[in-house]
Amino acid sequence: MRIGVITFPGSLDDRDAARAVRLAGAEPVPLWHADRDLRGVDAVILPGGFSYGDYLRCGAIARFAPVMSELVPAARSGLPVLGICNGFQILCEAHLLPGALTRNAGLRFITRDVRLAVENNRTAWTGAYQPGERITVPLKSGQGAYAADPGTLADLQAAGRVVVRYADGNPNGSAGGIAGVCGAEGNVVGVMPHPEHAVSELTGPTADGLGFFASAVAAVAR
Amino acid sequence: MTHADAVARAAATPGQPQPYAELGLTGAEYARIRQTLRRRPTGAELALYSVMWSEHCSYKSSKVHLRQLAAKTPPSAALLAGVGHNAGVVDIGQGYAATFKIESHNHPSYVEPHHGAATGVGGIVRDILAMGARPVAVLDALRFGPATAPDTARVLTGVVSGISWYGNCLGLPNIGGELDFDRCYAGNPLVNALCVGVLRHGDLQIAAASGPGNKVILFGSATGPDGVGGASVLASAAFSAAGESAKRPSVQVGDPFGEKLLVECCVELYAAGLVAGIQDLGAAGVACATTELAAAGTGGMRIRLDAVPLRDPTLGPADILMSESQERMMAVVEPAKVGRFLAVCAKWDVRAAVIGEVTDTGRLVMSWHGEVVVDIPPASAADGPVYHRPAKRGADTDALAADDPASLPRPGHGDDLRQALLALAGSPGLADTRWVTEQYDRYVRGDTVLAMPEDAGLIRVDEETGLGVAVTTDGNGRYCRLDPYLGTQLALSEAYRNVAATGARPLAVTNCLNFGSPEDPAVMWQFAEAVRGLADGCAALGVPVTGGNVSLYNQTGPAAIHPTPVIGVLGVHDDVRLRLRIRFPDGKATIVLLGRTEPEFGGSAWAHVIHGHLGGRPPQPALDAERRLAGLLAAAAAESLLAAAHDLSDGGLAIALAESCLRGGTGCRVRLPGDPFTCLFSESAARAIVAVRPGERDALAALAAAHGVPSQVLGSVGGDSLDVEDCFVIPLAELAAVHTRTLPALFG
Repeated sequence: MRIGVITFPGSLDDRDAARAVRLAGAEPVPLWHADRDLRGVDAVILPGGFSYGDYLRCGAIARFAPVMSELVPAARSGLPVLGICNGFQILCEAHLLPGALTRNAGLRFITRDVRLAVENNRTAWTGAYQPGERITVPLKSGQGAYAADPGTLADLQAAGRVVVRYADGNPNGSAGGIAGVCGAEGNVVGVMPHPEHAVSELTGPTADGLGFFASAVAAVAR
Repeated sequence: MTHADAVARAAATPGQPQPYAELGLTGAEYARIRQTLRRRPTGAELALYSVMWSEHCSYKSSKVHLRQLAAKTPPSAALLAGVGHNAGVVDIGQGYAATFKIESHNHPSYVEPHHGAATGVGGIVRDILAMGARPVAVLDALRFGPATAPDTARVLTGVVSGISWYGNCLGLPNIGGELDFDRCYAGNPLVNALCVGVLRHGDLQIAAASGPGNKVILFGSATGPDGVGGASVLASAAFSAAGESAKRPSVQVGDPFGEKLLVECCVELYAAGLVAGIQDLGAAGVACATTELAAAGTGGMRIRLDAVPLRDPTLGPADILMSESQERMMAVVEPAKVGRFLAVCAKWDVRAAVIGEVTDTGRLVMSWHGEVVVDIPPASAADGPVYHRPAKRGADTDALAADDPASLPRPGHGDDLRQALLALAGSPGLADTRWVTEQYDRYVRGDTVLAMPEDAGLIRVDEETGLGVAVTTDGNGRYCRLDPYLGTQLALSEAYRNVAATGARPLAVTNCLNFGSPEDPAVMWQFAEAVRGLADGCAALGVPVTGGNVSLYNQTGPAAIHPTPVIGVLGVHDDVRLRLRIRFPDGKATIVLLGRTEPEFGGSAWAHVIHGHLGGRPPQPALDAERRLAGLLAAAAAESLLAAAHDLSDGGLAIALAESCLRGGTGCRVRLPGDPFTCLFSESAARAIVAVRPGERDALAALAAAHGVPSQVLGSVGGDSLDVEDCFVIPLAELAAVHTRTLPALFG
């Protein structure tokens, strides 16, 4: 089982994502932004960070990276893809997921351990959770407020495509308290909080985030 | 192209007036340059000497005192590189080494808080990178004017956003630091940033240009007009009310993305063995990097200043030498490796240019479009003048010492004590710092085991073995104002104790010495006393000083800041899985007070917060007791006797209990072993509270006795209030509300 982790210039949590993959029992495979090559991996993670410094809109430059020309069609063909934080922003910019991430309501960067409700456990990345399960993982972002037009929000809600929602208050002003969404097929998931920082109680608030990676391992094995 | 003032022209026009005074040089210093060169300097040379001989770069006022740090430092087998390098390096075992250093960015952070503080982080990270290490964490020690002053809101919010922006985008966890407020820092905030790096022993790099024929490569950002003259003008002169606007353009602008690429690029260059020598570019930019590399190496270097990649094509040689553009490094590379070096830079989109080569001429020669504009012996610029400035005990020192806090009214009974505790817990300097620390990423890289508000930050170095490093910073301007010798030892003691309270063994010391103007003999006396205190303290604790930074001229008009040495201590943790945290555990545990409490209130948080009083003597440092306490905490952690540990410092036992209760949401019930006021608010050194696991009380008592540390059972953890028997009960909800609301109420 091989799960790729893309490194863009300015990616920061690539190392953490690779560790989470390893702890979930799979082999992490480094993927490079400038290579049009997914190296035959079974799933891909776009990690957190500030790709290209995010000096333009977050993720707006990364979506044009050479590796994305391979990733987009693969994702449309069912490859499990998880975007975390900046990765979620990139997936939105690449139109693999609907909506956009905008500046936090308080206009400040927030690092906080947040409680999430898992609303959809039928995706490639959440199968290990029970529906409605509460998990605690870190949120750390300056532009984490999920936004979409009312029609899109209604569609997401109706189709059960809200994957995780903030369970104890809304830390950043996300529409409907949405913390993560998935594409129509459930193979592409984007989350703003960081499950890869919650894989051990030594270095994270909990080990609750490990389920995302274990879910993908199980999904690929099926 | 700018026409340059070439060496030949300088020799031919000895009488041409030069703006040495505007560049911050004295008449005597200018005369010394002329004597060294046996002619007038060129414009570029004058620029180079002015920045190299600035207080910031040359340490000309402090050097005579700093020498004792190395001289008195106990011999340490752990020290791989000491004072004089970009940062000190210590052996932490298993083939790993750690490097750390703290540096000030005080003046820029007042003028332009966001970018001033941001580039302070960037600068210290490059110091660590230059040692061959991967930077793994940062801490920041911040001091501002009164919390309620309008200008404090401007400076604090800007500084915090700058550190947040730069550090988060760079991908370094922020794992600790300090936040304090005092009138003396109004107009002179202290922004001190510490960076820690980790390397394998074999990766240690040196800042020297050796091997004639080796190429000199400047890489990173292009050079612009940023901060031209920042070191000589901004960091080496006191602010005057009229001068502020004129100095505004001297603050540099940071590019954390550029720095992130530079970090990854350097780490890859080191791993491939492509670097023969390396230096970061900080204050005084190319001038400093070339002179220091040349002076530390074979002795000569030839540089083509017109080969420096520019962001602004109108810059001339003097501007290029002085520019403080950020995110740049200079490497010395063997000719056969230049191609591979440039390829790694290209992979990371890092701009690189060969700008010269190492020679054996003993001269640093720089040309500008074919004309020689600099021709100097590099050591003459790198070593600089040394001043023995007059130092004299301040006229008010005795009066301050005589103003003993014993005369202040004390809380008499339970309800008064309760009110005093709540007042302290909600005071800006002791309140919950989450408003600040939530803006920092403490998780990135996934090795953060402890971060603020724990006693020290703790980073895992090796996932297999659990090896880790603990780091903290501490300073106390009030203690140092009362007695700089003792105050500095107390800051050192507290940092040492904080590291020990995580279960780590303190190993090495760094320092950032923030003082007023060295031209004031009373300030110079404070400085001399502080350095003497630090040197003696390190000798007594058996920990070497590995490096540091001096920031003088923290002064507006005649009023200097409190002398504020900020001390960083690094320790090694053999197994981070056994780390101690401050939170009281959910289950049963006995609370034990370690150390001896005396009635010591001079400079205390109680005197400051309740009475606005500063006088008397600070607590007596107890260095031998600190050493024994640290040994006990490490042993007790290794034997898993403890469920929590928290050092006692500002606010004494009262604040320590409050913080340990609030951290985990578990209360406690204690009985005080003496006069309640002294027990709660004294700030005697060498003390900690621990929560002892069930069944281990006797084992801890025996271990404490073996280490010669007094121990007293205070009570037990549990419940949802802080309950001090026969005195008061404070529900944790009430305590939390008081503790957490202060900073949001002040800063939004």
